[in-house]
Amino acid sequence: MHLLHNEFPQSFHHKPKARAKPGDVITVDVRTEDPADIPPPGDFRLGGETRFVRVDIPLLAENNRLAEENRKHFKEHKLKVINLVSGPGAGKTTLLARTLQELADTVSCGVLVGDLETDSDARRLRHDKVPVAQLTTGSACHLDAHMIAHGFDALQMEEGQLLFIENVGNLVCPAEFDLGETVRVALFACTDGEDKPLKYPPIYRSAHMVLLTKCDIAEACGFDRAQALENLAKVCPDAEVMEVSSRTGDGFDRWIGFLRDLL
Amino acid sequence: MHETGIAEAGIRAALTEMERHGASRILSVTLRIGALAAVDPEAMRFAFEVACGGTPAEGAGLEIENVPAEAWCRYCGIAFTPESVSFFKCPQCGEYSGELRRGREIELARLEMDS
Ligand SMILES: Nc1nc2c(ncn2[C@@H]2O[C@H](COP(=O)(O)OP(=O)(O)OP(=O)(O)O)[C@@H](O)[C@H]2O)c(=O)[nH]1
Ligand SMILES: [Mg+2]
Ligand SMILES: [Zn+2]
Ligand SMILES: [Zn+2]
Ligand SMILES: [Zn+2]
Repeated sequence: MHLLHNEFPQSFHHKPKARAKPGDVITVDVRTEDPADIPPPGDFRLGGETRFVRVDIPLLAENNRLAEENRKHFKEHKLKVINLVSGPGAGKTTLLARTLQELADTVSCGVLVGDLETDSDARRLRHDKVPVAQLTTGSACHLDAHMIAHGFDALQMEEGQLLFIENVGNLVCPAEFDLGETVRVALFACTDGEDKPLKYPPIYRSAHMVLLTKCDIAEACGFDRAQALENLAKVCPDAEVMEVSSRTGDGFDRWIGFLRDLL
Repeated sequence: MHETGIAEAGIRAALTEMERHGASRILSVTLRIGALAAVDPEAMRFAFEVACGGTPAEGAGLEIENVPAEAWCRYCGIAFTPESVSFFKCPQCGEYSGELRRGREIELARLEMDS
């Protein structure tokens, strides 16, 4: 696919190319460099005439264009892509690890996991049959379409069927960044409190599905399930909602069924 | 939280426009930001000032033009201004909508440059 760097405004460091085979966990550095080719300050023309120009340039357009390229590319490969988004600690890695255990023996899966610095999530996701690449985002608090293009390039997935993306734990930015995914799944943990969707509506509104996670401890947390479902129905009336526990496996039949239906 | 990236993209676009127009300095920038764009104006101002540093836009003024949210009810076929930023309740039929027509814009709207 590769996306030409001169078409993208930011330059990236690239470590020598290594590709993750099934069972491998590798790290791909996708941090942005400082903008390099910005010209130096011009002359002050004190008292000179100035003029206003209307330009109307959408600033996320570049990401959206690259996301469409990813989407086209994934479609050509018959690959379905699941973007998991949530605030920190809602259970993305735990859900994904169990999902791979239940699915990866029969369905060819790959994983891209975004994280600021550490690779602990990627190591938790290691699976004999699955290539895993950890995308080191540096200071970026979300994944963007360009990082996904590089990450996918680093996975050895010839006949891949499902690509899981664990986004950076953040309830704000990932809502605005299309990655070219097939479905976006927002996790909402019972421990988060029932009003999370009202406080961070865009991320839930941008999702096709909401997974209510950690249901095994909902009662112990005094979680008001009916209120949570009501809030979700107001914020994202079109999203499908499923309740799961990655600890006990409750609700996984439906979740795994949903993933198989994508194929 | 991604204000830094947006500010940098904005300055890059502004400098490209500046060169295209044969100007040498940017004096002010207007950004158009939707009410639900998840952009914090204070963080945006700070990120903008940093991004301008060392460029022909250094010291440029920043104006932020707000775009109010506009949701769409597919049952009634009407656009409406939601009363809440969290959910969009149609004033005609009372159903909730997840469809936003306006209010997520993040755009470089206008530039003031020398000459
Ligand atoms: N009881 C219970 N705990 C869970 C469940 N899923 C995750 N946890 C716990 O919640 C904590 C965070 O889970 P992670 O899977 O690391 O969450 P995450 O969303 O990947 O976190 P970040 O990547 O840091 O954003 C861990 O201590 C998990 O053991 C669950 O279904 N039930
Ligand atoms: Mg994680
Ligand atoms: Zn690249
Ligand atoms: Zn961000
Ligand atoms: Zn209506």
